Amino acid sequence: MLAAIEPTTTWYLLLGAVLFGLGSVGLLVRRNPLVMFMSIELMLNAVNISFVALAVRFGDISGQTAVFFVMVVAAAEVVVGLGIIVSIMRRRPGATADDLAELKG
Amino acid sequence: MIFAGSQSVIAQINQWVAPTIDWHALAPELVLIVGINLVLFIDLSLGAAKKWAMATLTGLVFLAAFIPVVTLAVIGDASREMFDGRYVVDGYSLILKAIFLLAAYVLVLMSQNELEEGGYYQGEFYVLMMCSVLGMVMMTSARDLIAIFVALELLSIPAYMMAAWRKRDSRSNEAGVKYYLLGVFASAVLLYGMSFLYGTTGSTKLTDIGASLVDGDLLGLQVLAVVFVLGGLAFKISAVPFHSWAPDTYEGAPTPVTAFLSVASKAAGFVALMSIVMLALAPANSVVRPMLWVLAALTMTVGNVMALRQTNIVRMLAYSSVSQGGFILMPLVVIGTGNAGDSVLRAVIVYLLIYAFMNLGAFSIVIAVARRTRSGEITSFGGLFGYAPGLAVLMTIFMASLAGIPPLGGWIAKFNVFKTVLDAGDTAAYVLALIGAVNTVIAAAYYMRVLRQVWMAPAPDGDVSPIKVPSSIQAALAITAVGTVLLGVLPGLVLRFGDITDLTGALAR
Repeated sequence: MLAAIEPTTTWYLLLGAVLFGLGSVGLLVRRNPLVMFMSIELMLNAVNISFVALAVRFGDISGQTAVFFVMVVAAAEVVVGLGIIVSIMRRRPGATADDLAELKG
Repeated sequence: MIFAGSQSVIAQINQWVAPTIDWHALAPELVLIVGINLVLFIDLSLGAAKKWAMATLTGLVFLAAFIPVVTLAVIGDASREMFDGRYVVDGYSLILKAIFLLAAYVLVLMSQNELEEGGYYQGEFYVLMMCSVLGMVMMTSARDLIAIFVALELLSIPAYMMAAWRKRDSRSNEAGVKYYLLGVFASAVLLYGMSFLYGTTGSTKLTDIGASLVDGDLLGLQVLAVVFVLGGLAFKISAVPFHSWAPDTYEGAPTPVTAFLSVASKAAGFVALMSIVMLALAPANSVVRPMLWVLAALTMTVGNVMALRQTNIVRMLAYSSVSQGGFILMPLVVIGTGNAGDSVLRAVIVYLLIYAFMNLGAFSIVIAVARRTRSGEITSFGGLFGYAPGLAVLMTIFMASLAGIPPLGGWIAKFNVFKTVLDAGDTAAYVLALIGAVNTVIAAAYYMRVLRQVWMAPAPDGDVSPIKVPSSIQAALAITAVGTVLLGVLPGLVLRFGDITDLTGALAR
């Protein structure tokens, strides 16, 4: 019975949407800069899933190429983001997003 | 059977042929790439005492990249298409490349002293700045979703680092992390929208997407895609309600970086928005127009109202740049109505150019004055006319231009915007123009408040010794002041930008 179920593009798009939603909720709810950042990574991977699913549906290569670019750019963003977050954590260990409120108005 | 297509993906790889490359058209980007490596390696071998040479070298690289832009503009009116029309060098992109390179050159002049005196990693700063400018220059030619995304990230990622440049200053750190988290979030939203645009049209090329979208018959996913793409880009141009990072980042970042973000980075966001809206999303006007209308009206109004209450000059300029962004958005709202094709592009490009001059000028004055007063408060400008009349007059020019007072550049920019919007001639456009007009008056209030300090208030601490302005900032002031005044007095210089038909021509194809 189980073997008869074929996953369709819609399934992958739904998975992508769920991941994207989880990521954005995580970004809004969590206060640790590192966890917020991981949530964004989750959103980028949701994008990758939907790109690949749609590319396979079209039999077109440009969607799959897009995924490589997204992955490379995400890696570059990790490097920069960790650098910034580490320099904050060094000055203020355990800082949360709420502590970063010197600039206001 | 969703894997039916996978065979043809392999087939497509086998059909791959090397693209022909037009080296002349790519020359500005290539010069920048060579320059980046040059500065990086020379910086390695240079002693700390000679680091000042990095600024000079960077300035020269920007000027060198300017040469092919000029030769390309002189040689041909034909657009040069590469990579199947996904990377196009035409009149539109050349003008914008020139604006970015010019702004970058002025920014090098502005940053030089700040970096030297603060002892901040000069070589690395200029390398990152050049990478970011390379992203902007690429953005002007990108006509493909992936190319636009890569250019956007290339210009944003170095900017995240530059915002956090004073790494021992907790305010600069905070500026960096806020900009970074919201910037990456915006990229994710933008990409998600792009994946749906690709998924519902089958192409990442802007003109193909434009041809596939059918007005009045948009799929639900397509509407979602348009909303996500516009929302993601709205972050980059700090449009309300996606502007919350801008004031904090602008205040915390080193002032030259703030100037960079509020002029160059914002302009690049507008370029991406323009290319996508004009080429790809034009048929989705029923979604794009109301959304841009709301963004423009909110951005102008909220930016202005918040700017009124600021006491810090950089923060005030931050909100002022948010509200100027609203004005730049105004012409984009009327795309596709009546004969507003070319005039939309012209209004936006002229505004971007003049805005670059006047805003960079205002920031140069802030840097020059803050070197002495060590304060960012508007009151620190008290009595400026008494001890630095030259700076006071220039500040008056820039503030008056930002407020849109004739005969300065800012007036021509605003005039063009309003004319374009009114030409569209429907009720929504008239209401938007009315909101814009009210906002121009509100904006004048806070620009004039700075001038009142400059001309009428006494010096805050009674210190009236003259200000020494370093020669590089003098040069930056000269360029921006001449630009601001000249474009106001002789608007014919830029109104000839009207022959930017290439982009709109591509739309009709």
